Amino acid sequence: MNFSHLPTSRRAFLGMAAGSGLALAAGTGSTPVQAAKTQTSAKIVILGAGAGGASIANRLVDRLQGAHITIVDGRPQHWYQPGFTLIAAGLKPAGYSISSTEQWLPSGINYINEYAAEVDPDAQRVTTTGGTRLEYDYLIVATGLVLDWDAIDGFSLDQVGQNGLGAVYAGPEYAATTWRALDDFASRGGRAVFMRPTTDMKCAGAPIKYTFLTDDHLRRKGTRDASEVVYTTPGQALFSVPIVTEKLELIMRRQEVDVRRHHVLKAIDTSARIATFATPEGDVTLEYDFTNVVPPQRAPQVIRDSGLSWADRWTDQGWIEVDMATLRHKRYPNVFGIGDINGVPKGKTAASVKWHLPVVEDHLVSELGGREGTRTFNGYTSCPLITRVGRAMLIEFDYHDNLVRSFPGLVAPLEELWISWLMKEVALKATYNAMLRGRA
Amino acid sequence: MEEFKISTFIAVFEEMFGVALWWLLVAVAVVITAAYLYVLIRDRAMSMRKFLLAQLSMPFGAIIAVLFVLHITNSQFSDLGGPVDVIVLLGVALLGAGGLSILVYVAQSLFRGKQA
Ligand SMILES: Cc1cc2nc3c(=O)[nH]c(=O)nc-3n(C[C@H](O)[C@H](O)[C@H](O)COP(=O)(O)OP(=O)(O)OC[C@H]3O[C@@H](n4cnc5c(N)ncnc54)[C@H](O)[C@@H]3O)c2cc1C
Repeated sequence: MNFSHLPTSRRAFLGMAAGSGLALAAGTGSTPVQAAKTQTSAKIVILGAGAGGASIANRLVDRLQGAHITIVDGRPQHWYQPGFTLIAAGLKPAGYSISSTEQWLPSGINYINEYAAEVDPDAQRVTTTGGTRLEYDYLIVATGLVLDWDAIDGFSLDQVGQNGLGAVYAGPEYAATTWRALDDFASRGGRAVFMRPTTDMKCAGAPIKYTFLTDDHLRRKGTRDASEVVYTTPGQALFSVPIVTEKLELIMRRQEVDVRRHHVLKAIDTSARIATFATPEGDVTLEYDFTNVVPPQRAPQVIRDSGLSWADRWTDQGWIEVDMATLRHKRYPNVFGIGDINGVPKGKTAASVKWHLPVVEDHLVSELGGREGTRTFNGYTSCPLITRVGRAMLIEFDYHDNLVRSFPGLVAPLEELWISWLMKEVALKATYNAMLRGRA
Repeated sequence: MEEFKISTFIAVFEEMFGVALWWLLVAVAVVITAAYLYVLIRDRAMSMRKFLLAQLSMPFGAIIAVLFVLHITNSQFSDLGGPVDVIVLLGVALLGAGGLSILVYVAQSLFRGKQA
């Protein structure tokens, strides 16, 4: 982007708005040049109306004429999940992340407010929980993932908010409850314990952000000296991208976060406030005064039962077997994946969905128009890694662990910057919403 | 980064402010700019007296804009972490200064007439 127009702009506040808008759109790319609509009578079923599903529905309606599009999602609420972190930091109310699913969907498609109960890719048929049978020519799987709370012995969602138990991932209301638990903890201080699961997960930076936000809140409340902040990780490295790991090590040391490696949470005693971790040396218990439980994450059971998952990779998680560049299913070419459900090495973020969309749209619409799609996904993953309220690092990378820069020379990825915080705080939701409407 | 599209910007700003407020802001900006051009053409010169008052308002515009942005983004001055942050903040200040000065100039011209 170009800042040169800023000082000369005479349009008061709007000029500034336009300036930050440049940054925003530059960072998120844009839709392919609009072509005339492709004529088709294809039956397209989309599973899930979250970030990926709602967006692709809008895009397909813009590109196709005559298609029969059905979208299936049992949750009437749409959740803007990147907002959960801000809710759990006390900066936004739970309602910040809640809207209705229906409001994002285009008219002229069939919306079924039920979950998919069975998917049969051989018969090309989906059956919903209400028993509706949907035959399809093309299937787009965008169900996201499920949080496997049951894998943590002793954990129960109804305990969240009591006894220092947090669960930011569980939903907007739980994120708000977690904030109350954090704020309460921070008035006294004590030991905060954080973790991530061994499975792939959405927004792998989120547990780390929340660790830093807790550290920040303790400092603001003057109880940091009376506290201990522990971040546990299942492996050796803090992050999947080596250069980011290096930077995080430095910040953890600076903020005096005690990092414990090779720790996998297996059980929690919520009344005694004891977390039990499996480690190579056997089980280790840690007492806590506050914690944010992040459970293992997997494909929904209906997808795992459908035969769409990889047979030899991520077998405990069940991500679907798509080509990592085209996002087309490797065994069922009329099936595509968007979002967290994809079995690819990187990209479980909403920012990745942004780049999944033009690829799937291109391959599907091209095929319906008798051509072959050309666009590919490079693994783009982005995570505004908040290091305290007011600062973040705009970390963006691809399949090869290269740091990608949306604003080369301007926003350094490994610097803790206010501008990166502004992107998360101000620009991200608007961009996300524009994406849902198929406009970004 | 892909090709730049103005429609993407507009979409994002419509989401940020809401469609109605966004276009209202655009309309206000257009009206003020048009009014500024109008008084310049009408008076065929910049009035130095009005310009002085407009200039005096600039620091207030700058300060108000900066405090407003910090407030709505849960930020404080100590969050500035690098040169780009300072540039952004200066940009905000400049826009606040420029915006308020134009507003003050236009208001004087419209309400106090050509001679004042
Ligand atoms: C705490 C947290 C912080 C995050 N922070 C960021 C961030 O800063 N930046 C970023 O880019 N990303 C972030 N993310 C990740 C981002 O929210 C997800 O990657 C994104 O929402 C994935 O989109 P999706 O469409 O794959 O899944 P979702 O948006 O989760 O949507 C999936 C939809 O499928 C539906 N569904 C599930 N099962 C079925 C079924 N059987 N049949 C039909 N429908 C079904 C669900 O009801 C849901 O509506 C964060 C996530 C969390 C939890």
